[in-house]
Amino acid sequence: MSRIKGRFEELAQQQRKALIPYITAGDPQPDVTVPLLHSLVEAGADLLEIGVPFSDPMADGPVIQAACQRALEHHVTLHQVLDMVTEFRTTDATTPIILMGYLNPIEVWGYADFASAAATAGVDGVLTVDMPPEEAAALSAELGRHDIDTIFLLAPTSDEQRMELVSEVASGFLYYVSFKGVTGANRLDVASVGDKLQELRKHTALPIGVGFGIRDAESAASVASVADAVVIGSVLVGKIAELAERPTDIPAALSATVADMRSAIDAA
Amino acid sequence: MNSCKEYTVVGQTRPTEQATGAGPLPDERGHFGIYGGRFVAETLMPPLNELNEAYQKYLKDPDFQAELDADLAHFVGRPSPLYFAERLSKQVGGARIFLKREDLNHTGAHKINNTVGQALLAQRMGKKRIIAETGAGQHGVASATVAARMGMECVVYMGEEDIRRQAINVYRMRLLGAEVVSVTSGSKTLKDALNEAMRDWVTNVDNTFYIIGTVAGPHPYPAMVRDFQAVIGRETRRQIMDMAGRLPDALVACVGGGSNAIGLFYPFINDTDVALHGVEGGGEGIDTGRHAAPLCAGSPGVLHGNRTYLMEDSDGQIIETHSISAGLDYPGVGPEHAWLKDTGRAQYAAVTDDEAMQAFHQLTRVEGIMPALESSHALAHAVKLAAGMDSDKIIVVNLSGRGDKDVHTVAALEGITV
Ligand SMILES: Cc1ncc(COP(=O)(O)O)c(C=O)c1O
Repeated sequence: MSRIKGRFEELAQQQRKALIPYITAGDPQPDVTVPLLHSLVEAGADLLEIGVPFSDPMADGPVIQAACQRALEHHVTLHQVLDMVTEFRTTDATTPIILMGYLNPIEVWGYADFASAAATAGVDGVLTVDMPPEEAAALSAELGRHDIDTIFLLAPTSDEQRMELVSEVASGFLYYVSFKGVTGANRLDVASVGDKLQELRKHTALPIGVGFGIRDAESAASVASVADAVVIGSVLVGKIAELAERPTDIPAALSATVADMRSAIDAA
Repeated sequence: MNSCKEYTVVGQTRPTEQATGAGPLPDERGHFGIYGGRFVAETLMPPLNELNEAYQKYLKDPDFQAELDADLAHFVGRPSPLYFAERLSKQVGGARIFLKREDLNHTGAHKINNTVGQALLAQRMGKKRIIAETGAGQHGVASATVAARMGMECVVYMGEEDIRRQAINVYRMRLLGAEVVSVTSGSKTLKDALNEAMRDWVTNVDNTFYIIGTVAGPHPYPAMVRDFQAVIGRETRRQIMDMAGRLPDALVACVGGGSNAIGLFYPFINDTDVALHGVEGGGEGIDTGRHAAPLCAGSPGVLHGNRTYLMEDSDGQIIETHSISAGLDYPGVGPEHAWLKDTGRAQYAAVTDDEAMQAFHQLTRVEGIMPALESSHALAHAVKLAAGMDSDKIIVVNLSGRGDKDVHTVAALEGITV
């Protein structure tokens, strides 16, 4: 069983919702990332989403764009991101790791070689923002060969047909984008998310995570009431930006935010 | 001249076989061989499907086509002339050089052919707001122009660097009522403007039509923009038959994203005796690495919704491009060009900034026509080709735009402030 599936089953048994923090690898500098990941787990993260820096993050707002640029100033490549995962795995063999990014770094590496390297490093899922199911067959097959889940997005614009299409190819969990827009925007409407998830559950038995626009403990808790997992990104990355000059303070600051969200979600 | 190495792709249909039953390109999902496709976030998949359906429907709709033809005739001023550059040809001393005068279109470039078409489509689809990206500003001006005419809101994304070097076009867009948004991310040029326009589109997709200005982006844009620009090649065919009684030996066009080039080439794709030459921005020279020539010196990858040749590093990050011409300063290229390159149907070369400048001055002084710096790249290459050909040969150059917008750049190079 994949680590992602196993984790969601555990959580379901405990009747708990998953908390998935996102950070961009190498932001603000490479040596921050692995210790930060460990402290996120200690603070209550169930799964981790690691952003692979890309020069042209078309689906991201200014906060994550800036994170990519900070990481790219340190020349953080997909190879280095996998090195970070390898290092993380030396002391944490259980927390599922999802890489989130854009297709081109994987294209250039080569699907088969990347999939094998990702598996060796200990990656559990790959979410490629600009790879819809129509273009995903080849990469999904390579990832599947190594039991790595291909995570797909669904959106407010997705109709029944697309829900069906995405559900057919997805594994691990489904990632529902809460609004039309880029990461970091403030447009979350939990009621409409709830309605859409109800529709979506008619097409899939996979757990559903919701991301985009979750800013604080309160919105995390209310999204958790309709979803199986809550993804938080820009809020954390924004704090990293504020502390970029004091990197040693980053793990504690982010842990506090994650712990807050954790208790709000568990209390709801 | 920098000519490109050839890549062989095994097992793919050559374009010449399109007419003999292999089916037209792109395929249903927008693929030209391994290139093209639709690499976007899920949110944009349904709107792209909707756009494709509307486009396919109106492509065959006689009312739509009649309105488009009327706009092209009366608003754009088509057909644009095909002009025999006699003095230039004599000076070069080789093939006869003809210029397809897209510079004489309303707003001064070929870009308007496409914006008129997409604006009509936007209107049919009930969209009230238009967004566009622009490099040289010609596509921005062409978008602002059709928006003004149709009473639509218009927002144009433009890199900070391009706003500086194309100041006149920025002011033109503002006069036309468009909002010009300065894009300060990344390299602050066309690719970043495209990223930002995509971000706007994903946010405002319900009421907004995104007019992409070249044959790039996700399906159906490469095919749709090509079809709207193919009027260039269709007219050229008729005109050269009238003037010379035969098809040309070679067609030459500059390639930024590749819309003026594909517009000229497409109606000749199956005429294998007509050589097709695309000319990229060679910047300071291919060897220096400071250029904008993905077909000549790049490699395949995925950017802006399609698979194509890109300027990228070994980690898959997009690298900055350099060209004197803002309209060529783009790290990707339309996927159909990638396909034409791999199949060998078209050849691609690069022309340096200096060579383009020389061609700019030459045409201005010898023919009294001031070309855009983009088009000057095509001219520079055509002059080299012509010099090596017999005087009974014919070359048609796409003069994609006029040079008024570049006067400041040219003056600055000569150390003059105007
Ligand atoms: C006059 C002119 N020619 C050519 C181009 C390059 O675009 P494309 O390659 O799509 O024709 C531009 C783009 O701004 C332009 O303004």
